[in-house]
Parts: sequence; structure tokens; C-alpha cells
Amino acid sequence: MAKDGIGAPVKRLEDRRFLTGRGNYIDDMERPGALRAVFLRSPYAHGRITAIETARAAAMPDVVAVFTAADMADLGPLPCGWTVHSKDGAPMAAPPHPVLATDRVRYVGEPVAVVLAETLDAARAAAEAVQLEIEELPAVVDPAAAQAEDAPQLHEDAARNTCFEWEIGDAAAVERAFAEARHVTRLALRNNRLIPNAIEPRAALAEYDPAAAAFTLYTTSQNPHLERLVLAAFVGLAPEHKIRVVSPDLGGGFGSKIFVYSEEVACAWAARRLGRPVKWTATRSEAFLADAHGRDHVTEAELALDEEGRFLALRVRTIANLGAYLSTFASAVPTYLYGTLMAGQYRTPAIHVAVDGVFTNTAPVDAYRGAGRPEATYVVERIVETAARELGLDPAEIRRRNFIRPEDFPYETPVALVYDSGDYPASLEAALKAADYAGFPARRAESEKRGRKRGIGLSCYIEACGLAPSQLAGQLGAGVGLFDSARVRVNATGSVSLYSGVHSHGQGHETTFAQIVAERLGIPATEVEVRHGDTELVQYGLGTYGSRSLAVGGSAIMEALEKVIAKGRRIAAHLLEAPEDDIDYEPGTYRVRGSNRTLSFKEVAFAAHVPFKLPPGAIEPGLDETAFYDPKNFTYPAGSYVCEVEVDPETGVARIERFVAVDDFGTVVNPMIVEGQVHGGLVQGIGQALLEGCVYDPETGQLLSGSYLDYAMPRADDLPRFEVATTCTPCTHNPLGAKGCGEAGAIGSPAAVINALTDALGVQDISMPATPETLWRALSRTA
Amino acid sequence: MHPFAYHRATSLDEAREALRSAEDGLYLAGGMTLIPTMKQGLAMPSDLVDLAGIEDLRGIADEGDTLRIGAMTSHATVAASDVVKQRLPALADLAGGIGDPAVRARGTLGGSIANNDPAADYPAAVLGLGATVVTSEREIAGDDFFTGMFETALAPGEIITAVRFPVPKRAAYVKFPNPASRYAVVGVFIAETADGVRVAVTGAAPCVFRVAEMEAALARDFSAAAIADILVDADGLNEDIHASRAYRAHLVTVMAKRAVAGARGT
Repeated sequence: MAKDGIGAPVKRLEDRRFLTGRGNYIDDMERPGALRAVFLRSPYAHGRITAIETARAAAMPDVVAVFTAADMADLGPLPCGWTVHSKDGAPMAAPPHPVLATDRVRYVGEPVAVVLAETLDAARAAAEAVQLEIEELPAVVDPAAAQAEDAPQLHEDAARNTCFEWEIGDAAAVERAFAEARHVTRLALRNNRLIPNAIEPRAALAEYDPAAAAFTLYTTSQNPHLERLVLAAFVGLAPEHKIRVVSPDLGGGFGSKIFVYSEEVACAWAARRLGRPVKWTATRSEAFLADAHGRDHVTEAELALDEEGRFLALRVRTIANLGAYLSTFASAVPTYLYGTLMAGQYRTPAIHVAVDGVFTNTAPVDAYRGAGRPEATYVVERIVETAARELGLDPAEIRRRNFIRPEDFPYETPVALVYDSGDYPASLEAALKAADYAGFPARRAESEKRGRKRGIGLSCYIEACGLAPSQLAGQLGAGVGLFDSARVRVNATGSVSLYSGVHSHGQGHETTFAQIVAERLGIPATEVEVRHGDTELVQYGLGTYGSRSLAVGGSAIMEALEKVIAKGRRIAAHLLEAPEDDIDYEPGTYRVRGSNRTLSFKEVAFAAHVPFKLPPGAIEPGLDETAFYDPKNFTYPAGSYVCEVEVDPETGVARIERFVAVDDFGTVVNPMIVEGQVHGGLVQGIGQALLEGCVYDPETGQLLSGSYLDYAMPRADDLPRFEVATTCTPCTHNPLGAKGCGEAGAIGSPAAVINALTDALGVQDISMPATPETLWRALSRTA
Repeated sequence: MHPFAYHRATSLDEAREALRSAEDGLYLAGGMTLIPTMKQGLAMPSDLVDLAGIEDLRGIADEGDTLRIGAMTSHATVAASDVVKQRLPALADLAGGIGDPAVRARGTLGGSIANNDPAADYPAAVLGLGATVVTSEREIAGDDFFTGMFETALAPGEIITAVRFPVPKRAAYVKFPNPASRYAVVGVFIAETADGVRVAVTGAAPCVFRVAEMEAALARDFSAAAIADILVDADGLNEDIHASRAYRAHLVTVMAKRAVAGARGT
């Protein structure tokens, strides 16, 4: 292994830049003559726009223009990129999602008008001066309530506010299994609504060059090529080759920056209209109101078991809140990223999942760290734990009895996936050992002596990552393929410029990807420059989400490196005067087999660029290879988490005393970065379980948790020391053997926390976030 | 933020004069509430008269039976003060638990009680100790100072100069922080003073209040057990997405018990 190759805990190469304040963020970019944009947003959750009077605002000092939807009639609506079909075969209702509200507003914070001014203060003052008259309509924010016949209707073409009624699995087989079951466990669950809260709010800086008739749009995007595709092909801003999208350093995304939003579209459009650069940065309040939110499911689940606790069938019925409009991937999250994961780590033979996607007067809901898979894990792992308790079985033992065994792979689930590899018992046993599961009763007794209630909970999650085999994605309704690409440009001196189609916004790609190159080419990681996030620089790519960067983007890098190595072999064969088949390659060195005649990779790279000794015509000069990698399957990271909590029964305050996470991510390139990713994921999952709750007023649709005063983000003192470890069954179908690690912590942890709390309190219905009052009330019920 | 005129006063007279001549002026202490409020456009004063330049408003003095703390003394200064830590450790604890380090560095005693946020900590100490609020015009008893949500007995233009805290026999402040903002959902200050036991509750209601029933019980028996069954009436308490009235009422008892235990050093 190279000392900074695959498996080495290399310190992040990008951190010097970030830690010394030299990151390149959009809000820091200045352009001469740039205008500042401020959006006027709907103060009402639902209403008819009866008048927008902009003349007075437009006449204010330093104000250049005020635009409304009427001005942008040449722009198409924002599309949803995944068409889901209902069980009757009908395509989902996809009502238009306008850039600016036209005649109706449908959530608090929906953009209605944009003010362009010389200064931010002038733009803000003018936005306040726009006279917006709205005839308020009744609002509905709860997804279950939205399906009532008498609920306020958001869109004409979505009866009962229902976007789709989707299902997966064999309902009849499930029915039969339930009829024969010895025991049925039932659970009603709510997966709480979350606000993503990336540390850097969304931002855009748009420039238009009239000479070239071309845009440059700097925008906070996890997938700049996708952004460009949508702007060109759907919104109709300009032809694709006339749009350059740059997504520079980003302060986090967690999914919320996957989507194409109104604000960057309006900025680009205004830049062309006004012939001036236009810049916008969201305030934190705007981020709360208008970033796509996450989760928000209402679910009923039933698990049928035999007398020994073996799972016979699982039936799940979910109503998923989609918000007021379909965001870019909103329809895929509660369907193909949710229902397909209901087998979990188990051999449940029959599964049926029905999901209704529902519109409400709330901000659009879309992918947020985990995207569908945390929701699925929460259902499976809560009901499995509950079933164990009902049957008097050890929750670890019921899992052991039902695990897909190591010898069962590849394993086809009843919900459309084929798991390629895994060893679920290994992760569970490692986690139980690290958590001293056997010693828990003694710790509980000790807590009891102090008047505290202690509980322990497990969660054995699985996720499908590495989105996605394009063929499969296409069959399931995706509007784009989900491959990725890499270009390895070897410079004459043997250093490498690597162009990747995925995007780093905290993940550490500049280090991890450099390590892959170091591993294969035998050069130091510091001689690899990783470039990404610019459609002008990078050939193509689908971006970063769904823990896909390493499994898909990294695999593309591996394939491009193999092309480089192969061409290098041809060059080496010429220079070493040996047949190509006789040239062996070990990282950094070409060798004539069985001899001491060698050439270093750098010598070969130099020869490729100074080709004096290469026969003309036989070998092209240069060493610059691109690969497009389309995954053959999803990857299936999985793991076992153990959470131990102690509750103060007087106040209901819960403290996590211990948290163990054992994950199988396949091949790990940088264990330090992976550990950091797990920590971050756990924090978000624990935040969901204990603290974070997005609340809309049920009557008015106003966002009640619209700032950090009311939306509780996890802080260091809310968290325990994490004990994390990995096991490894490599992915069988990609060249790295990597499965992905970015979302695992957020997927697996909520169920572990709630299972620990329900164990501590002896009640099964504890909802998230399990705030002190929630727990206090649960205890009151038992008293 | 809307434009405003900024004045930095160096004396009380100068400050009062600046405010008098302003169209719609406000005094600025630490600004920990006022500045965010202005940024949100919820306050739009024509003038801000900054009191930070008035030296007389700072400082901590041990006056024997009382501690006199200048109105512009920061929370961090109170928390770190040896005098306060020795003579009135409950107050040092309270000040050290307000907000976060940045807020404690800027926020002031006078600003906090003049604002009288229902969830602020200092009002509990002023009421719980029976402190005296000294202003540019007069002295106001703690019991008379807090008149309602964000309301005080201060007259227009009146400036708090200091607060005189009686040094109690024993005292403690315990709060249940809001998990998001870390303001007090419920905070209880309990003191055994020369004039008897006082129990002051912040966070739970629109305005800080005393609990007479607990005071009487503790006067008889200064123990947590003595108040364990006393529940304040939930009617009239605050209710929000973090805590219902009933939960707040319950927390008052729990925090009070813990404050008694803290004061007893048990």
C-alpha cells in the first residue's frame, strides 16, 4: 500500500484552505456592477394573488428593477425529474412549479417577486415596499388531513391533494402470510419533518455575456451538470452549451442543494434582462422557509411472525408529505428510495408497501441525508424491536433468527433489490460486544438506584447507495441516467489533474480521490489535483447525493486510471523493447516480466508528452483518459447500531450514555474521513430522534420553527462520545469494492435512539423528536 | 436594518438629553435583543443612545448586606467576579448560564431586566432576592419592577444605573433550558434572606412571578420535600411548541426542588 493510498488516514488536503479562510464561497465573490437580488415571499400558506403593485418599489433609490412571474413568461416551470406511477398505472400528478408564484401562493416563503438593486439594503427596503395583495385561502399542512374530501385543494389536477398512490410488493402473498401468522405486531409511526440547515445558505451569482450569448451561473449545487441540464432542457433559460454552471466550495448540502430552485433561475434570467451580474445569498430565515425540507411521513406498519419470531410478512402503509410543489426528486424519495428498503437485513419473504404522496401548504419536501432510507429503517427497526419485546425475545436474538445469512448472497428481496454482499451477524456481534450488551442489566440496575431509567436499543440498517444503474433507474421512471465520469489528465512531469463529475461539499473528495490515484499510479496524493463542480472543466457528471461519490465517481476514476495504465504499458513496451504482454505493472513501475528492466510511471508520462522515442502513428502522444462508469447494481452498506440512554423521570430529559456504530462500507479509502462522515450522520440522526422538529401551525400554515430559537439543532453537549468501527464485505460489482458511507449514520441512528427510549420507559409509542415533554408524558401514561 | 442615528453618551445627562431630542430613540445596552430585533425590522428606532461609554454604570461593589452591580456590567464579568462568587454564588452561576460566551461578553444586567423577556434569567434573581433597582430617577423595589411581558416600571427616558442585591443566607438558581434557544423554559431562583424565603419563577409565565405557597412551605422547612407536592396553577402559564402549560407547571416544582437542594448544598 502506498503510504497515502487506499486505506491510509490521510489528513484532508483541502482543510488548510478551509481552516485559513481561503475557501471560495459564492457570497465572497464580487463582480463589478453586480446587483443584489432580494425575493419577496408569500406571508401566507395559501391564497390567491389579487394584485402585485411594484411601481413604488421600483422607483425607490438604487433600485434597478422588480420582476414578477408575468415578466418571466418565457421560463418554463421547475420540473420533477422522476415520474412515479400509481398502482392503477396512471402517472403522478405533476402540477406546474413556477419560478415565481403566478396566481396562487401555496406555502409561506414561496417566492413571488424579485427586487434587483445596487445594494442589499436598497433591495430589502424595496421588497418591503412591494404591495402584495393576497386573498387568503384555508391551508392544510398535515399530509393525512390533506387527503380528506373537504381539505383545501392545492392543485386543480391533484384530487384530494394526492400526487400518486404507489405500491410495491405482493399484496396477496402478504395477505396470506398474515392469515397464517401466530403473532402480528402493529405500529403507528410518524417520521418527523426536518429542515436541512447546511452551514452555508444557498447562494447564486449569475453573469451573462451578450457577445457569446452565454451564461455563467455560480450556484450552490451538489450537481452542476444536472442543474445545467434542467436549466437548458426544461426551464428553457438557454441552450445547454450556452450555460456554464459552477459550484465552488460549498458549506454542506445534505441533499438540500441537489435541487434546482427558483432563486438561481430568477437571478440568471435577471442577469440577462438587465445586462448586469446578479447575486443572491439566502438569509438563514429564508433557508428555514424555502430550502427543501426532509422526511414527514405518517405510517402504519404490521409485521407477521411465526411462533419462533421468524418474520413472515411486512405490510406498510405510508402517507408522505411532498409539500406544495414537487421538488426535483421529491417523488422518488418516498417510493423507490423507501419502499424498496423494507426488507432491511432480513429474509422477510413477503412485503407490501403502499405510499401516497400528498401535497400540503408547506415548503417542498425532498431528499435529505438518507432520503427515504432513514424512513424505511425507522419502520423496519422499530417494528422488529417492538415484535421482539411483545414475544419476550431478546431484540438481538430476533434479528439473528431473521438475518439474511452470509451464504445467501446475492440475495433478492421481495421489493425489487438484489443485495450483492454483506455479513449482518458480524456487524451485530461486533456492536453488541463493543456496547457491552451483556453488561446492560447491571447498568440498568445502577441507574434505577439513582432514580433514573436506562434503556438500550438496536438498529440494524441497510441502505441502497451508489445511485444508480441507469437502465434500472430508467425503468423506474428516472428522467436522467445516474452514471458518472472521471478524466485523469497526466501532466508531462507525472503529476495528475483529476476531473470528477461528482461534487465535494464537505466530503473530502480532494483527498479521497487523490488517494485512489496515488494507490494506482504510485505518486504522492499531494501530486494529484482534484477538480470538480464546473461544467466547463468537467466532462459530465451527475453529482453527489445518495452516498454515490466513491462507489460511482470513484469507480469512474478507477476505470480512467486503468486506461491510463494500459496506455502507459504500450509506451513502456516500446521504450523497453519488449512485447506489451510481457510488461507487468505495479503501482508506479512498469517492468519487463522476470527482469530488472523497469520504467517508472513518471518516466512513461514524460515520454508520452515528449514522444521522441515513440514511433509516429503507432501511439498517440499524451496521457489523458476519460471513463464513464455506469454502476451494475446499487451498493448496500449496512451496519448495526447500539444506543444506550438514561432518562430523568422527573423532567423527561434523556441523555445518550453510549452509542456504538459498526458499519460495513466495503472498501474504505480514508478511514479518518469515513469516521468523520459517520460522526456527522449520527449527529443528524440523533438530532432527528431527540431534538429537531419542523412545526407548521396547523391552522395558518405559518412556520413556527423558523429559526434557531425554536428549531433545536444538536450541539456537542447533547451528544455522547461515539464508538465507531467498521467491518468489510467488499462490494462485488464495482472496481473499488466501495459501498458508500455518507448517510449511514443518519439512517441507522433514529431507530436505535427511540428503541432505547421505549426500552427505558416501557412504552412503545414515543414519537420523534423525543423531547423532554414527550418523554415526561409517556412516563405519565405508565404511572 | 433601517438607518438610525447613533449616539455614544459618556454621562447619564448626556444620554437622557440625546434620547429627549430624538424622534423615536432607544437606549442601547448590550444590544443582545435590540440589535437582532432591528435586523428583523421589528424595531425601527430613529436613534440609538449607547450607554456603554458611561463608566458609572459599570462595576461590582460589596456594600456589606448588599452587592451593588452596575447596570452595564456584563454577564461574563458577574460570572467571573470573585466578590459575587464568594458572597452570592447563585448569582454568579445564573450569569454564567445566560446565553453563550458571546452573549455573556456583550449582554448586561441592566439591559436584561429593562427588556424583561419572559424567558430571561436575571429577572428571577432580582425578584428572588428582593433586589432594589436603582435608576437615574429613583429606587424601585424588585417586587414592583416587573409589571408584565416585556413591561417594567421604568418611565420613558429613565435609565437603570445599578441593582442592589441583598446577600442571602443561601440561594440557588436552577433552570430548564429550551433545547433550541437555551433560554429558560422554566427557571427558579430560591433564596433564604433576612426577610424570609423567596421563590421567583421565570420562563413559565408572561412575567417573572413569586410562588407564595412554596415560600411559606420553605419558611417552615427549607427542604425539597416541603414543596414536592406544590404545583403552580397551569392556567396563565406560557405554552409553545417546546412545552405545554402543564409541563411548565410541573417543571416549576422540579426546578424549585432542585434549587432548594442546591441552596442547601445537597
